Amino acid sequence: MSSNGKPKFAMYWAASCGGCEIAVLNIHEKILDVDANFDVVFWPVAMDAKYKDVEAMEDGSILLTLFNGAIRNEENAHVAHLLRQKSKILVAFGSCANEGCMPALANLSPLQDIFDTAYHTISTDNPQGIHPQPSFTVPEGDLYIPAMYPVVRTLDQVVKVDYYMPGCPPESHQIAAVIDLVIKVLHGEAQLPPPGTVIGAGGSTVCDECARKRDVKAIKKFERIQHVMPDPEICLLEQGILCSGPATRSGCNALCPAAGSPCIGCYGPAEGVLDVGARLMTAVASVIDSNDPNEIERILDGIPDPAGMFYRFNLAGSLLRASKAGWQGKV
Amino acid sequence: MSETFEPVIIGFTCNWCSYRAADLAGTARVKYAPNVRLIRLMCSGRLDPTFVLKALAGGADGVLITGCHPGECHYLEQNYKALRRYLLLRRTLTQMGIEPQRVKLVWASAAEGVRLAEEINKLVEEIRSLGPLKWKTSLNGDLGFEKAETVEVAA
Repeated sequence: MSSNGKPKFAMYWAASCGGCEIAVLNIHEKILDVDANFDVVFWPVAMDAKYKDVEAMEDGSILLTLFNGAIRNEENAHVAHLLRQKSKILVAFGSCANEGCMPALANLSPLQDIFDTAYHTISTDNPQGIHPQPSFTVPEGDLYIPAMYPVVRTLDQVVKVDYYMPGCPPESHQIAAVIDLVIKVLHGEAQLPPPGTVIGAGGSTVCDECARKRDVKAIKKFERIQHVMPDPEICLLEQGILCSGPATRSGCNALCPAAGSPCIGCYGPAEGVLDVGARLMTAVASVIDSNDPNEIERILDGIPDPAGMFYRFNLAGSLLRASKAGWQGKV
Repeated sequence: MSETFEPVIIGFTCNWCSYRAADLAGTARVKYAPNVRLIRLMCSGRLDPTFVLKALAGGADGVLITGCHPGECHYLEQNYKALRRYLLLRRTLTQMGIEPQRVKLVWASAAEGVRLAEEINKLVEEIRSLGPLKWKTSLNGDLGFEKAETVEVAA
């Protein structure tokens, strides 16, 4: 409890893009309820604060921490441990913290390749060949920057997480509903769900929320969305457009398919799905309309990057977590 | 290590054909390598690639998937689904750095006990020559990813 009597709130970003913070601000006037009910003590995007301020807080003194971003480097892991220690309720907020999201696609490549691409390819203007080092000595002393881990991890692979809130980013109406719930809990009008629950999302699949007409799926050729003008009413998968709806958790009201674009899987695994990619492979392979191995291979050529397609959001949270080249650190 | 590497292989068998083929191999006293642990499914069409990934992530060096010959599925067409999933899974595994030879699909009827035994022996030798998979992300939580890496500059 703060000196003003309000419970404390924190939000942090690790390896992420900042979209989660924007989604929180997108709850519009509801943000005033957050301010009315909470004392915001740490939120690097929105206000100035130092890690040492958090370190000085009592353990468990922050009631609610929304942690977005994956664990890419030592700093991410340090703050994850710190906020775990200081928070009563730690929420893995958004796809990166839940399952790795885009940053985790780096798990397909060794760290050296990632650095080479970032600093030494033709698109980078780096005439002196400067390459960042975790420590560097200057006349004034030693400088340190956080070292990268060989692979990106999810938040719950590093610390214990109380609740999971998926989405890239979580939909604002879902965030508003969760904030409403927490405020009700504070006033003794509701109870928290059991720890480990996925909050701010549905329990079913995106297909379940999708209004498109479904009939028989028999695919002879996969189409890429940029090459076709999809029929506005028929299931996109039936039109040969790879859609992640069958394995993805509901909660977004099937926004993308409604807009004529396939589901890309940002709400993570649906209830009971252990590995999104495997479940998508199951679904996609079963609707290919051929029993001839050669023809099946030809149809599968229409999926140029299966790992990137099926694990777009979920590589760190998948069963394999990273490619061999990724976890070995070298090719 | 001078000992021969003994691969651990998880085998998924179909209740109507390959499981009976394995049974037949047993009753006929046909010997095959003890490296494979068979799990019976009702049909190869039940095989979710999740099972294969879980086996590999959990310490298996290879996976054997078996089903009825094309056209002979007890549930009409489900073995074709297994075939398609297998072909797609192989592509994904290759991207993940897992040699596709570690996962093998074999059709075996209930009468083909000897052939199934031969295929198992062949797979064990193939995987023995590939070496252990030792996937880093074993399900027991030993990640081995804790240490941050310093990327050295190539001068």
